[in-house]
Amino acid sequence: MTTVYDWLVGPFADFSFMRRALVACLALSLGAGPVGVFLVLRRMSLIGDTMAHSVLPGAAVGFMIAGLSLPAMSLGGFVAGVVVALFSGLVTRFTPLKEDASFASFFLISLAIGVLLVSTHGTTVDLMHVLFGSILGVDDASLLLMAAVATLSLATFAVIFRGLVAECFDPAFLRALGARGGIYHTVFLILVVLNMVSGFQALGTLMAVGLMMLPATAARFWVRQVWSLIALATVAGFLSGYAGLVLSYQFNLPSGPAIVLVAGGFYLLSLAAGPRDGMLYLILRRRHLRS
Amino acid sequence: MPALIELRDLTIAYDRHPAVHHLSGEFRRGSLTAVIGPNGAGKSSLIKTIAGLIKPSQGEVAFRGTAPHDLAYLPQAAAIDESFPISVFDVVLMGHWRRAGAFRPISAAMREAAAFALLKVGLEGFDRRSFGSLSAGQRQRVLFARLIVADSPLIMLDEPFAAVDSRTTGDLLRLVERWHEEGRTVIAVLHDFDQVRRHFPETLLLAREPVAWGATAEVLTADNLLAARAMSEAWDAEADICRGAA
Repeated sequence: MTTVYDWLVGPFADFSFMRRALVACLALSLGAGPVGVFLVLRRMSLIGDTMAHSVLPGAAVGFMIAGLSLPAMSLGGFVAGVVVALFSGLVTRFTPLKEDASFASFFLISLAIGVLLVSTHGTTVDLMHVLFGSILGVDDASLLLMAAVATLSLATFAVIFRGLVAECFDPAFLRALGARGGIYHTVFLILVVLNMVSGFQALGTLMAVGLMMLPATAARFWVRQVWSLIALATVAGFLSGYAGLVLSYQFNLPSGPAIVLVAGGFYLLSLAAGPRDGMLYLILRRRHLRS
Repeated sequence: MPALIELRDLTIAYDRHPAVHHLSGEFRRGSLTAVIGPNGAGKSSLIKTIAGLIKPSQGEVAFRGTAPHDLAYLPQAAAIDESFPISVFDVVLMGHWRRAGAFRPISAAMREAAAFALLKVGLEGFDRRSFGSLSAGQRQRVLFARLIVADSPLIMLDEPFAAVDSRTTGDLLRLVERWHEEGRTVIAVLHDFDQVRRHFPETLLLAREPVAWGATAEVLTADNLLAARAMSEAWDAEADICRGAA
């Protein structure tokens, strides 16, 4: 009994950095859950990835100006992300280029600038920190930032929820009635950037997307309502965070990839055995129809 | 009957290639009009422009005595993500958007109206079902229930009966006729000439340029249909650029 306790609870009882990491996971999942679900629903799954990369040069500029300072790097990342989202939005709107193509173009430029800045003005260690994060090094300031982002995200989603869902389902019907669907899209993109910035500190720009997308894609194999998707994705995200931290502690693994891999395992499990169009379900149903 | 929508020298172009070319005319208040024509004749572009979804490159759409946004628009089935995780009842409730908007509460009366609309389209008891689990015909019934709830004086339908079974088509056509009797203005993009002859008093035959517009019997003549096809083929061959537009 004690061994189970030691294994699952011990690390958090013994070390404050583990407790902090756990709280960080909770804050991140609360914001990333709804953001991920709406990214999937809007068919923008890969745009989350591009946004994560776009944050890099901003964080690098922040680092160059103020050193390893969280507010400076976060603010820089946020500005860079919003600029990429804004330009991509304008290009999508005024040229024949589709949204994914314009996002890809701007994020590549942004990423290259970021790598250039980090390589010439920082050390490899710094680059690794920005790319892969360090959830075990989360301090009070970053915790506050994550909690603030989660709070702001949840409050904003509560306000725009109906419009976002309706606009996502059938934009033309709403626009014909005179509703301005574009505003929901813009606010949503800002939330995506905010949650990326909040996540990159803990998980790095690359892994932050994992905690956002994997629980959301997995949830689609279990439930069929927007609110239940969000609830499940949030819980799955937090549990992945917890399990990833335990695994990384017990087996001395890097925490970011461990967390994302647990989320990935949950996705594969859902894909195989989820009751809503999971593989097993589809095979059984086919057999049922044949007989 | 007075005009509800007046089109003045309307040209709609994509990349300077016109989809609709110099179209003038009017939809009268309370009229029931079918918009027909060959593929690529600009039918969808026309009603999207009237719905305010596309900006015309030239000319204008003028509304008489009604707000331009007091209209209910049914997009083509392909424009809606059928796998979207939403319940049938929530889709129908969206029809209340002009009254409820993004923030105002959904009243008991609004819920009742939505339930009654589902009853009218023959989907009583389907409210908890997920939209994606329905057949194409049932999904179209749900979207018609949303139009009933919207309760607009102007209703625009873009290919409402494509990929819908004949029984559903019959039921939905009765709804369209009911709207007509109630004095609403209905504009529908259609393909089935028989359907148009039987149910739609007026027709606009479009082949980028208007071929004929008026009483259905006078519009749907062999000569006109031949002319429409010839015009659309000529357009395709030349792929002209409209110098007057943009």
